[in-house]
Order: sequence, then structure tokens, then C-alpha cells
Amino acid sequence: MPFGTPTEALEELQTFPRLLFHHAKARGDAPAIREKDLGIWQTWNWSSVAERVRALASGLAALGFKRGDNLAIIGDNRPHLYMMMSAAQCLGGVPVPLYQDAVADEMLFVLEDAAIRFAAVEDQEQVDKLLEVRDRAPLLEHIVYDDPRGMRHYNQPFLHDIHALMEMGRIHNRNHPDFLDEEVAQGRPDDVSVMLYTSGTTGQPKGVCQTHAAFIAAARGGMQIDGLDASGGILSYLPMAWVGDHLFSFAQALVAGFTINCPESTDTVTTDLREIGPTYYFAPPRVFESLLTSIMIRMEDASALKRKLFHYFLGVAKRCGVDLLDGKPVSLADRLLYALGNLLVYGPLRNVLGMSHIRVAYTAGAAIGPDLFRFYRSIGINLKQFYGQTETCAYVCLQPDRAIKFDSVGPPAPSVEVKIADNGEVLVKGPMLLKEYYQRPDATAESIDADGYFMTGDAGFLDQDGHLKIIDRAKDVGKLANGAMFAPNYIENKLKFFQYIKEAVCFGHDRAMVCAFINVDMGAVGNWAERRNIAYSGYTDLAGKPEVHELIRDCVEQVNAALTQDAMVADSQIHRFLILHKELDPDDDELTRTRKVRRNFVAKKYQVLIEALYGGQATQFIETEVKFEDGRRGTVAADLKIVDASTFPAARQAA
Amino acid sequence: MSKKIGDVILDLQNISLRFGGVKALTDISFDVREHEIRAIIGPNGAGKSSMLNVINGVYHPQEGVIIFRGRERKKMEPHHAATQGIARTFQNIALFKGMSVLDNLMTGRITRMKASFVEHALWLGRARREELEHRKKVEEVIDFLEIQHIRRTPVGRLPYGLQKRVELGRALAAEPSMLLLDEPMAGMNVEEKQDMCRFILDVNDQFGTTIVLIEHDMGVVMDISDRVVVLDYGRKIGDGLPDDVKTNPDVITAYLGVSH
Repeated sequence: MPFGTPTEALEELQTFPRLLFHHAKARGDAPAIREKDLGIWQTWNWSSVAERVRALASGLAALGFKRGDNLAIIGDNRPHLYMMMSAAQCLGGVPVPLYQDAVADEMLFVLEDAAIRFAAVEDQEQVDKLLEVRDRAPLLEHIVYDDPRGMRHYNQPFLHDIHALMEMGRIHNRNHPDFLDEEVAQGRPDDVSVMLYTSGTTGQPKGVCQTHAAFIAAARGGMQIDGLDASGGILSYLPMAWVGDHLFSFAQALVAGFTINCPESTDTVTTDLREIGPTYYFAPPRVFESLLTSIMIRMEDASALKRKLFHYFLGVAKRCGVDLLDGKPVSLADRLLYALGNLLVYGPLRNVLGMSHIRVAYTAGAAIGPDLFRFYRSIGINLKQFYGQTETCAYVCLQPDRAIKFDSVGPPAPSVEVKIADNGEVLVKGPMLLKEYYQRPDATAESIDADGYFMTGDAGFLDQDGHLKIIDRAKDVGKLANGAMFAPNYIENKLKFFQYIKEAVCFGHDRAMVCAFINVDMGAVGNWAERRNIAYSGYTDLAGKPEVHELIRDCVEQVNAALTQDAMVADSQIHRFLILHKELDPDDDELTRTRKVRRNFVAKKYQVLIEALYGGQATQFIETEVKFEDGRRGTVAADLKIVDASTFPAARQAA
Repeated sequence: MSKKIGDVILDLQNISLRFGGVKALTDISFDVREHEIRAIIGPNGAGKSSMLNVINGVYHPQEGVIIFRGRERKKMEPHHAATQGIARTFQNIALFKGMSVLDNLMTGRITRMKASFVEHALWLGRARREELEHRKKVEEVIDFLEIQHIRRTPVGRLPYGLQKRVELGRALAAEPSMLLLDEPMAGMNVEEKQDMCRFILDVNDQFGTTIVLIEHDMGVVMDISDRVVVLDYGRKIGDGLPDDVKTNPDVITAYLGVSH
């Protein structure tokens, strides 16, 4: 074999298949992938993963998969699906992971756009979805499924059990022993390694083509900053179609050679996290938030002594925990107290969270509340933010150890250039930039300027230390009627930092005042209501309770008070708000699959509510159609109360 | 569906059951074929649960003959039923509330444990090997019913719908050839009912388990059963395919009442 020998320097390997076969040769017995199956963690080592990838790739080739073909990957994080990604890459094909919870019609767009002939899917559910749209996606030729459950009566010839495919591949391998090595040898670093579809907050999704070189550069950069190595592992539980998972669970795992752990099911992630105790952990802010919420709820039920201990030592951690982690000077008394707290509270707490072994935890995707961020750092978890997009392999800025600012995403990462355009938009350049949007030269040209900078669409600025601060999506930043800046995301994030508020949508562009839609957090508010003996029957009922309105009004007014601190946003205080009668849902197109609000869609759908907010009405009736997970439809109707919130004079103007 | 329905494996002939002067069942005959889903329906107090208890060996009918797999049964106790491959669930959930889901399912394996009590208590060779084997089987049931996330949760803390699923799980852990389900969907919401239907059909389809079920939800019964027997006041008033039963005038009268 001309490559992948142990003597070859890891740094020189520039495609993922070569990295995979290198690990298989150099450290074949080290664990590569674990999966919990029938209650037991099963381990595949690197050499067995490589053998399976070989078999799968040859099997695909036997079915007619060729260089340049795209392979759709649909399902939860399953070892075989990760292996299928590698298998496609071995043949010079491109894996295209899709969001597994998308309904069939949404998948159809990608199937057509990417001219998908082959799909590798998890189970019967995904097979059914593809069969549903098959007559509208005539290019689709073969579907490979991982889990045979429920598939006994499917006898279509284009459906293949993944084990049968492997067998086919092994036979192919025996007959053509040099075939796969030759295919892998043909792979070039600037070949497209993966195509990730953008979530489509605006318009139709676009396929972002990333090369081996780009993802490898991003993975190496991250490793360099945080010292990721082959020891330890990560829990792979976020959608495979999302760039973050591809960076951590695929690119970095292959570059660094650490273990990825696939949870038993989506419902068992917290238990699995505790059992595995990963060394690297990634979660979007909302996961950290719900973890904290559940701890706080459970502490309320603990005995008085435990509660006292918990709160006392959290106070200690708040005072000095972050400084200790950052290596700043802390008094001896505090050091001793913190050590005691570590023994009694922080250690057990980290254990409960499954974060005892964490070296670095990352968060990104949305702004994280400063209190939330500080909480995790203060109990000794090295939580960091980073900033990036699908188009930049999720790699632009990364907070370095000991120089973490809560409200910035850190300085540009190694080999990345960041500059700010005249309109405040963040521009980036580096080896991790996308090659192109799939078959969209117009969109590619629009997003990369003449100097090779990618236009992120985010508004932000670099502070005096060169750390990047993100304000909002550039196109969302508007102006109030009086000309003051209106950055809806900025206000919404402040609202969402309250545990009771799950989602918020603010309006104010070209208007005299800011108004907001609120989604309460069912878990936190439900618990709050139960403690007060407020009976409710479901989300709509809970959201309509006058007590809940008061609770949320209090949150809104606190945000208003905070907004007065900064002259730039003091005019953006929320004058009126309402609590929506249903939770915003990706199935109803109100959120993207990555759970970002589709602002314009929501504004259009609930036009009547916006009019009521600005028209001064006290209540408004609304009836909305909702889609259930199984595709049925229903309606939710309610009389929504519109609540006025107090606003405050701007601090600096008053002074 | 390529399901094959086999021969009669349970034949009930002229069953009558009395409690003192109360006639619970009067002269009832019907049969159950291998691999089929057989429903028993009827208004409240029709004798459905009594019928199930007769099959199960809890009640002993004063008259009538029960032939199970070609052998006539005179008197049988519930544990005989269990060792012969009949498992059941109950109308009111009968799980060990303080025990975890896993432990509850393990109790379903008891009839298949061969090691002695002492061996189990001391965790000796055979007991240990056996336990691993049983645990594996139980894990397969957990996987089948998609209850991995509650494996370690005490049953008492689970919502009703999940408890019902755990109860089905315990019955399945015994690897029964015949499964008796007493109102598996009572008190469930639509989504839970759909899940339960799916599981019942899957059990029948994948393991070939014969299923006798009592159910009130007519929609469910008509959708999933192969044949239906209808009881009213302890008498059989209908028997046949779901569509035939649906149009049977006696059945309609029993369910909707008669105008006087």
C-alpha cells in the first residue's frame, strides 16, 4: 500500500480515507467507535472500522457508485452511517448528510438538488420516507439500511441490508484486491469531501461543498489550540447533517484519532454521557441551559442540608471559580474553600452531568447567557465558545485558554483572517472556506468577494484585544422609526437567558416601538406552576395563565432595565408582548432544523398578532394549523392576551 | 403481509363458569389458531376478563373442556400456563412499582431460570451464566419496545402509557407462544394507542406469537385482529372476521342497546 504506513507523518495525510487507514495500521487496536447496543457499550477498533469501510466502499462500487457520485446519509448518529461517509469518500464520492427528523417532502429537495442516486439510511422510518417520495425522485437507485427491524416484508430489489452490502463488498474485494487502494490513491486534498446543506433561514437550502483540505485544516487548527489528542473521546449525538458534528465526530476524530461514542437512542443521551464521561463535549447553549435547569429543579427537591451546601459552594464558585480556571490570582482562603467545594459539590455535580473527564467543552450556534457560561466554568468545566458557519467548517474564532471574554467568541483561530466590512459585516478568509455552493455559481460569487473573503452575513466588531464580538445577523439589523439601531437577536438572546423563556421573536424595524412574541419553556414554567398549585392541561393552557403572563412580564422588564445600560440599544426596550399559543416548531416551518427562528415566515404567518400588538388591542383570537410528527394535521386556537411592559428611561440620557 | 395462520392450538368447548349463583360465563365455545390475533370484545361485565382468566388457569370452569395444543386440560394453575408458554398482562397494571423496569422485566424470565435459589443467592457458576443470558434476552425486549431511556427508572415513576408498555415487556420476556392482553390500550391517548398497536402487530409478525386480546376500542379491534369473538352477559353472541362481526345485528344491539 503506497500510503498509510506507520512511518508516514500524520501531518502529511491530506484526505480522510488516508487518515483512516493510517490509524488502522498505526494503532489498529485503539478504540475508534463505540455504540451502546442491548445495554452494553460495543467497541470497534480502528482496524475493524477500516475493514468495514473497505467492505462498504467495495459494496457501493459493486452497486455502481462512482467517483463524483453523492451519497445521502440519513439517520441518527450510528457507527455504520459514519463508516458509510468514509466509504463514499474512499471512492471519491461525496457524502451528503440530511437532517434525520426532516419530513419526506423536505428531503425531496436535497435528493433532487444533489442528484442523489444512493442513500444510506438508519432504519425503516427513513426508508419509508424515501419510498414516499421515490416516484418524485427518479434518480434514486439504491437505498442501504442499517437496522433491519421491521424490514422483513420489504422485498424491493433496490433496498439493501448494510450487512449484505458488506458481504457484497468483501467478495468484490477478493476479486479485485487492488481496486480500493487505487481508488483511495486517486483522492486529492482539494476533492470535495462532504456536502452539508445550509439550514435555509433564507430561501432554499444550498449545498456547501467542503474539501478534505478545508475540514482537515479546521480540525488541525482546533487541535492545536486545545491540545486534542488520540486519548479520550466524544459523545456524538448532534445531527450528522450539522457542520459541528461533522467537524468534531468525523474530521477531528479522524485527524486526532480519538474515539466517538454513539448513544443508544436520542432519549438516553444524558445517561450515556454519564456512562462514557467524554473528554471533549459539544452542545449548543440550549442543552447547557436545560442541564442547568434540571439540576436546579432537582436541587429544590433535595434535603435542606444539601440545598444549603449546594448554594453556599455555588457562591464560592461564583466568586473565584472562573478566576481559578483562568489562572488568575486567588486568595489562599478562597482556594481552600474551593477545594472543599470541589470535593463536596462541584466534583459530584460534574459527575452527575457526565463531565468528570471533560478537558474542553464547546458551545456555539447561538449566544450563550453570561450567567450560564460562568456557571459551568466556575464549577471547573472548561467551557468555551467558538464561532463559525457551515461555509467555514465551523471554524473562524475560538476562545483560547486563559483569555476568555464572556461576550466575545475569541480571536481568529490559526490561519484564519477576519476583517470587518464597512457595513459592519464580518468577513473571513482561510483554508477552511467552502469550495463552492453545489451547482450554484451565482450564490458562490455572491458570498465570496474579489479578495477571497467569505461574507458571513453576521454583524460584529473586533475589540481592542482583537476578539470578535457578534451582534446579530447583518440583514436582521434594522432601524426603529426614530433611526435608532434595532438588533432583534440581541434582545431575543437577552430574553432567552431567562430559564422561563424558550424562544422569543422581536419586531421593531420601521416601527415606533419594539414588541415581542414569547414561547415559554414548558419544563421550567410547568414546574414553576406546579409549585404554585396552578393547574394546566398543556402548552396552550399554561401559556394563557395570568400568573404566567406576570412571570414573563417580570422577565421582560428586567431585560428592559438591562437595555437602558447601553445607549445604542436603549430605544429597543420591549413595550408590548404576547405569549404564543403554540411552540414554534420546525415541522411547521417556523424554525429551521437547527432551531433558529425563521423571522420573516413567522412575521407573515402571525401577521394578525403583530397588528394586534401595534394596534393597541388587549386580546386577539388566533387559530393555527399544526403538523404532528406522524404527518397528521390539527389546529390550535386561543384568545391571546397582549401584555404591556414597563419601560425605563435610558441611563445615559438621564445622567 | 405474509402471515401464516396455523392450526387450532386452543379449543374452548362449552365453557360455563359460576361464582355461587352468578353465572359469569354460559356455554361458550371458541378456538384460537396459531399465529393469529384473536380479540374478545363485549360491553362491561360481559365476562371478557373471566374468559381470559379461564384460559390462564386462574378460574376453573364448572363445565366445559379446554384443549391446549392437543391436550385436554382438567385443572390448571396459572404457573402451569406460564410454563406452557402463555403470558399475560392485566387490566390494572400489576408491576412491582418500586423496582426498576429492568428488574421487572427480569421477573418475566423466572419460569425459565433453572439454577436453584441458593445458587442465585450465592451467585454461583450456573446462576451467573444464566443471569447473563436472561439479561441479554431482556435487553432485546427493551430494544424491541424502545424503552432504553427508562431501563433504570422505578416503574412507579413512569407515566401510565409507559407502564403498560413495560407490562407488555415483562410478558414478552417470558418468550411466550401465546400472549393474553387484558385491555392493553385502556386509558391511553391516541398516540400511545398507535404505538401499542404497532408493538402488538410487530410481536405477532416478528415472533409469530399468538395473541388473545380484550379491548374496548372498536377501531383498534377491527384494525388489528384476525378474528373477533363477542360476549354479552356471559354468552357468546358473535364470532368471526371483524367485518362480519361489525354487521352482526346482535352485536349492534348489545353495543348500542335496544329501543323499547
